[in-house]
Amino acid sequence: MVLGGDEPTGSLVRPYAVTRGRTRPQLEIALEALVETTARGRSGQFLGGREQKVIVDLCGGRLQSLAEIAARMEVPLGVARVLVADMAADGLLAVHEPTGFDADGGDESVGTELLERVLSGLRRL
Amino acid sequence: MNSPADTSRVTSAKIVIAGGFGVGKTTLVGSVSEITPLTTEAIMTSASEGVDDNNLVPDKATTTVAMDFGRITIDQDLILYLFGTPGQTRFWFMWDELVRGAIGAIVLVDTRRLADCFSVIDFFEHRKLPYLVAVNCFDGKQLHEINDIRDALQISHDVPVMYTDARNRESTKQVLIKLVEYVLSMRRTRTVGVH
Repeated sequence: MVLGGDEPTGSLVRPYAVTRGRTRPQLEIALEALVETTARGRSGQFLGGREQKVIVDLCGGRLQSLAEIAARMEVPLGVARVLVADMAADGLLAVHEPTGFDADGGDESVGTELLERVLSGLRRL
Repeated sequence: MNSPADTSRVTSAKIVIAGGFGVGKTTLVGSVSEITPLTTEAIMTSASEGVDDNNLVPDKATTTVAMDFGRITIDQDLILYLFGTPGQTRFWFMWDELVRGAIGAIVLVDTRRLADCFSVIDFFEHRKLPYLVAVNCFDGKQLHEINDIRDALQISHDVPVMYTDARNRESTKQVLIKLVEYVLSMRRTRTVGVH
């Protein structure tokens, strides 16, 4: 039996309305990548839409991760990723990628130096 | 390297906080985070799931997976994030993204429900992500010996196992410090080429 009126498939589409339905970002951005508003973004002249204004304001003070942007805007992660990638491509935002610690990737010495910084930071807490 | 601007040195890192539903992951994150833990949601569509359960339930085409996280500013150029894993381990698609590039993981354990973390430990071992086991002592009671817990979880003697109180900032801090020390010691062993 098919029940009408629940519109169960609506949730598939609606979160992505602000990205005009696009679910693939121009750039893969990690959850914890830090996002910063650029001077171009701050000028406010090149912004397209309300979401872009919100993100520019959000990342104009202290740096925010992609996860924070999604949480504070109350949009799914995938939506925030598309929005941020578009704005980065337009030079409105700078994205600082995290330092990865994968076992067999990246520069060992860079990772070790960063781990030591994390350790001393935690000890100072 | 010559960096044109100071901010080009800015970077972040993350630690994953895993464990069964209701074990205290968000409490642990909140005890050290400089922000009230935030929740971020990911939407899984049937297209990305890759199993055919959804065929039986066509109106469950999407599932929302929520993750709580917190933030610690380590220094001017470095921010550490603590990501709690989704309660239900069946959302493995999200775990891939969570563990990618992570420093390591804390498996928070409730000794009354040890089995809840078996699949989590399997996952980290498979992904070669360093982890430690933190036994959350509810009401300050240490019901089990560390060695008994180690045996029950069948983990290697190298993996640190310690008691914690997820509500206590100092206690959480010690767990995080222990994890980073452990990861550093593993790296040093690797570099020296012991064994």
